[in-house]
Amino acid sequence: MLWITCPRCGRRPVEEYGFGGELRHVPEGISDPDERDIDYAWMYDNVHGTTTERWFHQAGCRRWLTLRRDTATDTLVNEQ
Amino acid sequence: MNEFVERLLTLQWHEPKRSYDVVIIGGGGHGLATAYYLAARHGITNVAVVEDRYIGSGNSGRNTTIIRANYGIPEAVRFYQHSLDLYGTLENELGCWVMHSTKGIIWLAHTEPAMRAERARCLLNVACGTETVMITPQEARELCPQLDLSGGGRYPVLGASYHPAAATARHDRVVWAYAQGAMRHGVHVIQNTRVTGLLRDGARVTGVETSAGPISAGVVLSAVGGNVSTIAAYADVRLPIRTHPLQAFVTNEYRQGFGPILSDTELLCYVSQTARGEIVIGAEYERQPSYSLQASFSFLQSCAAKATHLLPFLRDLRILRQWAGICDISADFSPIMGQSGVDGFLVTTGWGTWGFKAIPAGGEQMAELIATGRTPALLEPFGLDRFARDHAMADQGSTGTR
Repeated sequence: MLWITCPRCGRRPVEEYGFGGELRHVPEGISDPDERDIDYAWMYDNVHGTTTERWFHQAGCRRWLTLRRDTATDTLVNEQ
Repeated sequence: MNEFVERLLTLQWHEPKRSYDVVIIGGGGHGLATAYYLAARHGITNVAVVEDRYIGSGNSGRNTTIIRANYGIPEAVRFYQHSLDLYGTLENELGCWVMHSTKGIIWLAHTEPAMRAERARCLLNVACGTETVMITPQEARELCPQLDLSGGGRYPVLGASYHPAAATARHDRVVWAYAQGAMRHGVHVIQNTRVTGLLRDGARVTGVETSAGPISAGVVLSAVGGNVSTIAAYADVRLPIRTHPLQAFVTNEYRQGFGPILSDTELLCYVSQTARGEIVIGAEYERQPSYSLQASFSFLQSCAAKATHLLPFLRDLRILRQWAGICDISADFSPIMGQSGVDGFLVTTGWGTWGFKAIPAGGEQMAELIATGRTPALLEPFGLDRFARDHAMADQGSTGTR
């Protein structure tokens, strides 16, 4: 199970957190502004590997944090 | 695939050729069913199915085998009803026993909002041609005598919707039956071969790059579960899909027999009995996307607690196995089938937690699309372009998730 270290509350189990989604990025290759909007609204990178995400400490301090997570193993990367 | 299975079926394996009319990536239910219908209905037999490991090793062998059509939007009800009908005649069509058994599904409601949702589901289902009726707690108890109507004192049952046509079938056998059917028509199924890229001619996709060398193809279909975003990226196609793990577990044999399938949106779990008598219990997918197949104790604990509230007899059973599968959940919780926007490359994906029940219809309709080049009416609403047209088909409630 995933444990996440919150800078304010310390190491807490994943059940306390809400998943806020990956940081969205639209590929440079898409130039048409409408296409970029569609991509931003709907498409996901769905990375198999390390990705940067937002998490919300719902049952704790109720603040947002940014994390690096490896989706291949569901473990955090570079956790201090 | 073990020796027993090899003896049970007449499977004819082939070395890959350098070129095919159609190459299907992914040897699961959808890939093999598409290959079968291409060969059997449309006479297109120069087809290869390329599988990374062995057939049915992905989600086709990991799902909880429930077949039902009580969905929440008209397009989906029609599509899954067609699939349910095809499942009913599948054993005759393929000449192979897939342990299909009609059981009916009881969908419990514990709160007034859930009762409203179930009533709405019944009205819509009947209007779209599939039977779903509201039943009282007492009627639910008659259908399923093991049910504790007080929900262990915590989740009292207010009512339920009942969909009598729901069924289960043995998932591996469905995959093997389609593989056998396809092979009899001369389709090549190539196992232990990983697709590492797509061959391109300008924008057009002209084949696949595999660990056994390049294979050129007139049409490439991605029927991949799990790594579909990676495959699509080879063709510069972006998908509205995130991959989440979903866990399930199975108990030892329950000899008294457990008739219907029981499902519960509020407790997020569903229970059914296999042909061997084991009780299969599944839950919703995990919130954060991941490709990890690691099963967790915290899931087992929470899911077992919820299921035993409803069915106290489960407390006496032992847990035999627990596993995880990875589900491609689309942004609107409906599947994505059809053209990808790149010539020569089609996708059937977004099969999230509803892929097994759709295998016959998905395969049949995708085969028709590939053979005729025209999108069949049942597939029309499910194209990838629906997101750009702002015609997303939100259907989260009927997937048993929230």
